[in-house]
Amino acid sequence: MTVEKIYVFKRFERLWHWSQATLIIFMLITGFEVHGSYHLFGFGKATSLHTISAWSLIGLWIFAIFWHITTGEWKQYIPTTDKVVAMMKFYSVGIFTNAPHPFRATVLKKHNPLQRLAYLGVLLFIGPLLWFSGWFYLFFADWNSWGVSKYVSLEWVAFFHTAGAFMMLLFVIAHVYLTTTGHTPTSHIKAMITGWEEVE
Amino acid sequence: MLSKLKIALSTLVAGATVAAALTAYATTASAPAAANAAPPQAAMPAATAEPAKKESSSTADHSKFKALQVKFKTAPEVTKACLTCHTEAAKQIQKTKHWTWEFLNTETNQKLGKKHIINNFCTAVESNQKFCTACHVGYGWEDSKYDFSKQENVDCVVCHESTGTYRKVPGLSGHPTYKDMEYPPHSGKIVKAPDLAKVAQSVGKTSRANCGACHFNGGGGDAVKHGDLDSTLKDPPKFLDVHMEKKGLNFSCGACHMTSAHQVPGSRYTPTVDVNQGVPPHMRGKVDGSNPASCQSCHGSKPHPAKMAKLNEHTDKIACQTCHIPEFARGQATKMSWDWSTAGQLSPEGKPITKKDSGGHNAYDSKKGDFTWEDHVIPEYIWFNGKVNYTLRETKLDPTHVVKINSFEGSPTDGKSLIWPVKVFRGQQPYDSVSNTLLVPHTFGADGDSYWSNFNWDKSLAAGMKAANAPYSGQYGFVKTEMSWPITHMVAPKADALTCAQCHSKDGRLKNVQGIYMPGRGDQNKWLDYAGWTFALLTLIGVIVHGAGRIYTHRKG
Repeated sequence: MTVEKIYVFKRFERLWHWSQATLIIFMLITGFEVHGSYHLFGFGKATSLHTISAWSLIGLWIFAIFWHITTGEWKQYIPTTDKVVAMMKFYSVGIFTNAPHPFRATVLKKHNPLQRLAYLGVLLFIGPLLWFSGWFYLFFADWNSWGVSKYVSLEWVAFFHTAGAFMMLLFVIAHVYLTTTGHTPTSHIKAMITGWEEVE
Repeated sequence: MLSKLKIALSTLVAGATVAAALTAYATTASAPAAANAAPPQAAMPAATAEPAKKESSSTADHSKFKALQVKFKTAPEVTKACLTCHTEAAKQIQKTKHWTWEFLNTETNQKLGKKHIINNFCTAVESNQKFCTACHVGYGWEDSKYDFSKQENVDCVVCHESTGTYRKVPGLSGHPTYKDMEYPPHSGKIVKAPDLAKVAQSVGKTSRANCGACHFNGGGGDAVKHGDLDSTLKDPPKFLDVHMEKKGLNFSCGACHMTSAHQVPGSRYTPTVDVNQGVPPHMRGKVDGSNPASCQSCHGSKPHPAKMAKLNEHTDKIACQTCHIPEFARGQATKMSWDWSTAGQLSPEGKPITKKDSGGHNAYDSKKGDFTWEDHVIPEYIWFNGKVNYTLRETKLDPTHVVKINSFEGSPTDGKSLIWPVKVFRGQQPYDSVSNTLLVPHTFGADGDSYWSNFNWDKSLAAGMKAANAPYSGQYGFVKTEMSWPITHMVAPKADALTCAQCHSKDGRLKNVQGIYMPGRGDQNKWLDYAGWTFALLTLIGVIVHGAGRIYTHRKG
């Protein structure tokens, strides 16, 4: 088995990933405090930190979207059914028996099919759910002037925002764990830091 | 640029304030100096505590007026002298609530005013006029036959004198005492007869002490009634009232209750609540019927700076007072309850008794019953849209429930209500147990029927209801009542305003306010929380087990 190194994550991508990770984890921490789950910063501080993080993330996303469009990297998220079952088998059985990884990352296909599906789910479902509910939450005072007061209630906005937050939390737990399932337990993480991934 | 301007401005304001303070300290000529730092309304004569030698901004020195250099025998003679120049003053007064003690609430069509309302403090005026009218802006109102048209019976000086010596003693039908008298009776305290000429010559703009002579003493004594109005406002420290501190803005009552033609705006019968809906902030000088006595009148409805923009998003749901008057009775204790049902306990010798509580406040009085007092009270919070309904003399009540003397209307969904702080005053008072209506007791008077002379409810209630010209079955009981008072005075400095978590927390200030979703209060959907945390935990367990499995199988080879 030969090990070679390929350059999968470019500099902007890495910067984007880690700042997004920091912001999302920080927003989970502050968000669940606003939600009332625990006391850490205090309600007022947690609220303003959450809001500042939200705006920062919006800014980051604007850059990220621009980058994905201009580089064509958006194609990395096009879903495929190819090898999905094989991936599931690998995670549930093969990984324990030292079976070979069914997917080999290349620069053109750097995400395995399950990753593609998961990230697309985050992009198309969890993200928009959080964004839309979050914007309504943020602009609560303007509902009257938007003319939506009759159709939206803060209770439901908070419900969907919290539901989105829980989904994001599940994603973060699973995602962090799955980073250890590369060629070596740290090869994915190293790749995300240096850009270079070790592949078999 | 903007921040430089801000710094320059704040330096100017700070400088002017310091200058004002120094000038006030050195010369006591506080009025003109304070005018630099404060809005024009603040340029009023300082409160009456320091009379004489102060420079007045007025163009008239009343001590030089011949008409006032007279030996006045009675107070109405003073009024006649006033009216020789101020020809329209009495006519103006006679149109006001201060004179008529009547107010028609056109929204509820209820006839209100002191003349008609039965409250749960001293209860009712009828049959007790001689006592109660110590706070009438007039002279001689003894009974229901009072002539409300006599101009010389208007009391000018009670609102305009500045000697601090003029006092209307209860029992004299609104007159001051004309010879030195002991008051309260058997107290050993002497109330001196005022020198009416000096009083008349001292007149000027109405000071806090003038308004306070009655409004600080509502309910029968200092700080009894409102909780946010008491004698500590004559010279309040800044923490007590950010607008009235002498060395600061030194507002008079009239700075907000900006009076024109003797009509004082601002009413708790029809409070201005939601300034976002219909009632705009009042522009000084503009004749539009809007109420200048609101916070928004000067501060607008988005008063917080940009870095606190989130607070501005609260103003369509929360009255300014809710955060900015975090507690009431911060100067001294206010009465919180009054139980008339325990009145009448006498000493073994048959004499009325009084008891004090551990704080030195009146806790029991044979004439009145039991009291409780509290200071630094956290208000109760309610939805309020400005509409108030009263339980009047003829209103049927349900004696099995607490009777609301006044009920504040409001709801989270009517688009007009704000969350307001209120003082709720609780008590028990006599009602007709056959017709289920409130009763008017005859309390004051040396006539043998009054409760305070013989401690006999049968006689007192029969006499009170007779004077009120209202039917009485002869059967009475005591019913639990509560009365709400909107808290709006004694605004604290901004540093003392409520912080977010005082409401946005479990068990916070607004825990009983229904109909609104507040993050942090525990309003969230419990099922979503259970499901969310369960799945998060299962995922965590899942990855741990998966990881452990990987480690185990790899070690085994």
